[in-house]
Amino acid sequence: MSESTTLDETATGTDATAQHSPEPPDDGHAHGATDGQYIVIALILAVITAAEVSLSYMDVGPIFIPALLVMMAVKFVIVVSYFMHLKFDNRIFSFLFYSGLLLALGVYVLALATFEFFA
Amino acid sequence: MSDAATLEAQVAHDDHGDHGGHGGNGAGHPPTTTGLSHNKLGMWLFLGSECLLFGGLISTYMLYRGRASENLGPDQIYDLPFTSVSSFVLLMSSLTMVLAVSAAGRKDVRNVKLWLTVTALLGATFVGGQVYEFTSFYREGLGFTTSLFSSSFYALTGFHGVHVSVGIIMLLAVVGMISRDRIPGDRAEVVELVGLYWHFVDIVWIVIFTLVYLIPA
Repeated sequence: MSESTTLDETATGTDATAQHSPEPPDDGHAHGATDGQYIVIALILAVITAAEVSLSYMDVGPIFIPALLVMMAVKFVIVVSYFMHLKFDNRIFSFLFYSGLLLALGVYVLALATFEFFA
Repeated sequence: MSDAATLEAQVAHDDHGDHGGHGGNGAGHPPTTTGLSHNKLGMWLFLGSECLLFGGLISTYMLYRGRASENLGPDQIYDLPFTSVSSFVLLMSSLTMVLAVSAAGRKDVRNVKLWLTVTALLGATFVGGQVYEFTSFYREGLGFTTSLFSSSFYALTGFHGVHVSVGIIMLLAVVGMISRDRIPGDRAEVVELVGLYWHFVDIVWIVIFTLVYLIPA
């Protein structure tokens, strides 16, 4: 019997001790996406990355930088929401992370503005 | 340790552990004042503080990227196709990492070890690419103290590379500890915490790749 199979049997409650577990059988997807959905999300991220790189070889005028920033933000949010499960997790985790992120953004945008970076 | 003994130990752990793997909703871990896993709270707090570290490094680079010596500026030395491939490799390592977390939630130990090892290998490939990039830049004459641009570039990407390297060590350590059944408490949560760190390293690179490599100086 393989190690994987053995553990699966335990998870479904064949072990006498496991039968006392208060949780329902765990399929691993109760709070997130399925493996297939993760693969689709990764493909979307790959396509966006390819679009970013392609854009840098094209002359698209003034929308170049905003388009790159938007695609960067989309990739960022997708990874944080789905791969890091913030979309499915307790909101306190989102608060902790986004607080740090927004604080960093605020502090460093102000710092850059002080040095006239945006002028 | 035999399979049966391993299972008994795992079940004993699980009686005190969070079965969900992603939950952090107080379902299975020892009672806490918040009802959430303190380990997970601590990791998210740490990642939030890491935003400030990398924010400082990225801001410094943005400020000084124009302060390069002649012929050794960002537009002259970056190899975009090479870095794009490296970015793709790191992005795919996030996929293998989330598959490891998913397998951990199912208690599928064989696939957990497989995906964690693949993630570590992809991470090592990325770090190898960064070492190659640094070496080629140095041979072109771009040392750490050559200019403000080079100092800020090496500091930013070097710090990120160190984070990836630490992540690889963590991944391999978890694989070893799972193999020897040395993880006290909930295995799925340990894998998830390492996963959070790894994904954070990935999102930092998403930002660096755009701001440093794609947007011209």
